[in-house]
Amino acid sequence: MASIGFNELFFLAQGLKWTLALTLIGFVGGGIFGLLVALARTAEITWLRRVTAGYIAIFQGTPLLMQLFVVYYGVALVGLNIDAWLAVAIAFTLHASAYLGEIWRGGIQAVPKGQTEAAKALGLHYASTIKDVILPQAFKISLPATIGFLVQLIKGTSLAAIVGFVELSRAGQIVSNQTFRPLTVFALVGLAYFLICWPLSLWGARTERRLQTAAR
Amino acid sequence: MSYTLDFSAVIERLPELLLASLATIGLALAGMSLATVIGVLGVIARRSRFKLLRGLVIGFVEAIRNTPFLVQIFFIFFALPQIGVRLNPTVTAIIALALNGGAYAIEIIRGGVDAIPKGQVEAGLALGLHRGQIFRHIILKPALRTVYPSLTSQFVMLTLTTSVCTSIAAYELTSVAQKIEADTFRSFEVYFTITLIYLVISSLMMGVFGLISRISFSYPVK
Repeated sequence: MASIGFNELFFLAQGLKWTLALTLIGFVGGGIFGLLVALARTAEITWLRRVTAGYIAIFQGTPLLMQLFVVYYGVALVGLNIDAWLAVAIAFTLHASAYLGEIWRGGIQAVPKGQTEAAKALGLHYASTIKDVILPQAFKISLPATIGFLVQLIKGTSLAAIVGFVELSRAGQIVSNQTFRPLTVFALVGLAYFLICWPLSLWGARTERRLQTAAR
Repeated sequence: MSYTLDFSAVIERLPELLLASLATIGLALAGMSLATVIGVLGVIARRSRFKLLRGLVIGFVEAIRNTPFLVQIFFIFFALPQIGVRLNPTVTAIIALALNGGAYAIEIIRGGVDAIPKGQVEAGLALGLHRGQIFRHIILKPALRTVYPSLTSQFVMLTLTTSVCTSIAAYELTSVAQKIEADTFRSFEVYFTITLIYLVISSLMMGVFGLISRISFSYPVK
């Protein structure tokens, strides 16, 4: 039995770096597209609402793992010769855009209708109504769910391991196979995820409580 | 070089995929049932007088909810044999799904239980019901009814999560798909097809959950 020394820990740290990078890309990319999805989902144009509703239903009704596989092999199919990690990043971006789009749709619709009407009465145009009146309130309402999804996304990046991408979980698998110490290695890997996700979960719970108190 | 889509290899092995779909549904149902049991027991334990028991439940819920399912299933499958617990892939998959779903169920059901007005319990006491009766009829039943929508959408998530069980080669839809992919090299076609199958399974499940809700919760709310 080999022991877990500096090299193994360094390898795990490298994996952790990729986990964080994937999360960041998925969250930022998903945030940008998710905003578009949320706006389209609440638009006054019927077909736009239907298309985005379908988009969201597909991503929420299929496993993240399948989304990874289909995008991974799909981008190669349309002739794009891109890096494996870029393919995975695209998959997480699409996944996150559907979930964040749905979360923010809820936030937008929870803003009282009088706000839109007041903005209209003041003569604000669409962009200003959205940017200055609706979104600031919608984001505040959907902050707890957004943080919850961020935690879900961090955990979700572990599935990139199954398509062969070396992030924290895959790194753990490799180190475990080399050292024959699965108990220690997977406990370490689990602890790493926990130390990242737990503070976020606590923060999410706190914002939710604060929101409930404010609503009372 | 251009690639032409060819689904014939996948269609040829559709019976295998359909059989595996049943295995996926089976895993999901087993996971859901056990998760509900864990959820109810967990909520009872969380209300216990013993601080240690309450702490254990909170620790369990937080540990499960803040680590990936993949790491949990790896831990059970690869790490536990090191301390002498050796389980086959299917049993591992069911246990992992039950523990994962159970942690979420505890949180969800607890939310419903906390929402029961205290006056209801006091009314039960006044009527001379004993503790078990109060918990069953006054707390648990209305609580489950309140949390039914969130609990069932969590169960649909659990169903989709079964795909991760391919990582320990449990028999279910994704692992069979990976086998077919290895035989035919039709990666995109295989995964596209089973993505559709998952979509059908999750839609069916949502439909059945909706139907159950309409039938069993049809009595008036107040």
